[in-house]
Amino acid sequence: MHPALGNEIIDGFLKALQLIFSGDPTVVEISVRSILISSSATMLSVLWGLPVAAILGLKRFRGRFVAKGFFHAMLGIPTVALGLVLYLFFSNAGPIGFLHWLYSPTAMIIGQAILITPITVSFITSAIESVDPEIKDLAKTLGASETEASIAVLKESMSGVVLAITASFNRAIAELGVVLMVGGNIAGLTSVLTTTIALETNKGNIELSIALAIILLLIVSALSISINLIQRRRT
Amino acid sequence: MKKTFFIWVSMLVLAVIASVAGTTYFLRSSMKERLIISTTTSLYETDLLKAVETEFEAKYPIDLNFISVGTGIAIEHAQRGDADLILVHSPTDELGFLTGGTGINRKIIAYNFFAIVGPETDPAKIQGMTTLQALSRIVESSRNGTAKWVSRGDNSGTHAKEKSLWKDAGFNLTTLSKESWYINSGSGMGETLKKTDYFSAYTLADMGTYLKYQKDGLISLKVLVEQGKDLLNVYSAIAVNQTLHPNVNFGGAMTFIKFLISDKGQQIIEHYGEDQYGQSLFYPAVHLLKENTDPTIAQWIREYAFFNGTECPPEYRKGYAELYD
Repeated sequence: MHPALGNEIIDGFLKALQLIFSGDPTVVEISVRSILISSSATMLSVLWGLPVAAILGLKRFRGRFVAKGFFHAMLGIPTVALGLVLYLFFSNAGPIGFLHWLYSPTAMIIGQAILITPITVSFITSAIESVDPEIKDLAKTLGASETEASIAVLKESMSGVVLAITASFNRAIAELGVVLMVGGNIAGLTSVLTTTIALETNKGNIELSIALAIILLLIVSALSISINLIQRRRT
Repeated sequence: MKKTFFIWVSMLVLAVIASVAGTTYFLRSSMKERLIISTTTSLYETDLLKAVETEFEAKYPIDLNFISVGTGIAIEHAQRGDADLILVHSPTDELGFLTGGTGINRKIIAYNFFAIVGPETDPAKIQGMTTLQALSRIVESSRNGTAKWVSRGDNSGTHAKEKSLWKDAGFNLTTLSKESWYINSGSGMGETLKKTDYFSAYTLADMGTYLKYQKDGLISLKVLVEQGKDLLNVYSAIAVNQTLHPNVNFGGAMTFIKFLISDKGQQIIEHYGEDQYGQSLFYPAVHLLKENTDPTIAQWIREYAFFNGTECPPEYRKGYAELYD
């Protein structure tokens, strides 16, 4: 009845590899959905996070430290807490319920984008700040305008920006709370890697869970490694 | 320089918006009409609803979207207008849902039994006892340190049943739940069974989920007390009132309820699990109540899950009179 734990893990692992390499339709579908949702969320968070970070990193103004502190504080926001707030917003009884986005990929993309915005903003801001301030002055003495000088700084901080985007994507694809609460883990529509792992483990389909966990690890590490390689070649 | 910069930026912004929109479009639900069903975990985690979904979607152009939660949360979802239909098993909560105005057209679809399950060694020696005796015995042994109890603790239908049983056995749940042997699981039936197994404890389980988990080798717990009238478990489907939440898919909900109580739907319930588990996990209730085929059980269901002598009092019905003749 209770197999030795080691056997269970090895058996599960072998069956998981089989599921992955046979191209099991469910496994493929869930993985593709996860990647699409989380990369869309990452793009959205960069879309609004990059300008904010550029202002925070390049300009000096009153309230800058408060704003930076806010994003730093939000870095570790518990996903279930955010999920709950978003559920109340998306719910039909909530303020934007009329959009009917609850239990849809749209809600999941927006939710993850909000979740990772503090990472995008904070990491890009520090990347910009870590660039030698003399570059801006140098550019200006060479006759560059304020905008051109700022672009020069942004270019210098590019590797930090890429790291921020990678970290944001990894947090998005690995989180459970938001997608579960606003997506509802509907089979074939809103089930992603993390929600399926949680449900299938509960249902006793350990092999499927291990297969999905391996895929999740592969996605995250493949992305990080390739970014690393690209950056090494460039420097 | 400035001009090209802005062209680049606006192109990037457009590209992001286009790809996000494209993804959303690609991932959207099918063009079919959508029906959101908040359901008790026992019907979903046993995969019964998967069997129902296959047959239903082959027949109707409606896409079933199940959200698997406990009865308490399912009712909460429905009250906020986030579900079109609920499948639940807690008559007291269901009555509140009907009188609150959100729930209409309730139909009893199936039943089975709860059971008290525990370790094979049965440290409290409850096998063969009545439910209430067994509970007293478990408390006694637990206070001596030889047994433990795991409670669902999640406001689900099973949790509601457990609370009412403790009350009937003469215990005050507020005091009990503070004692060290009373473990609050706070999760679905499957997870709770696994915790009970891990702690070699006792728990109240619905037979459907228990049989699936036991046959799948996930737990080695044994059924110790079963089949009594006080362990009856009745499942109903309730639609959400469209007057209260204009956005809900009332027509779809009624199509699904009619399918569940049709001969076809009842047959799926009757036979689900026979091949895999050697016995059905749930029993159909429609024919039984109509024809009184098993008077004892029919009477039990009427006493336990009927309100004013009917499964849905007339003031909580809306159209579809054929459901209740």
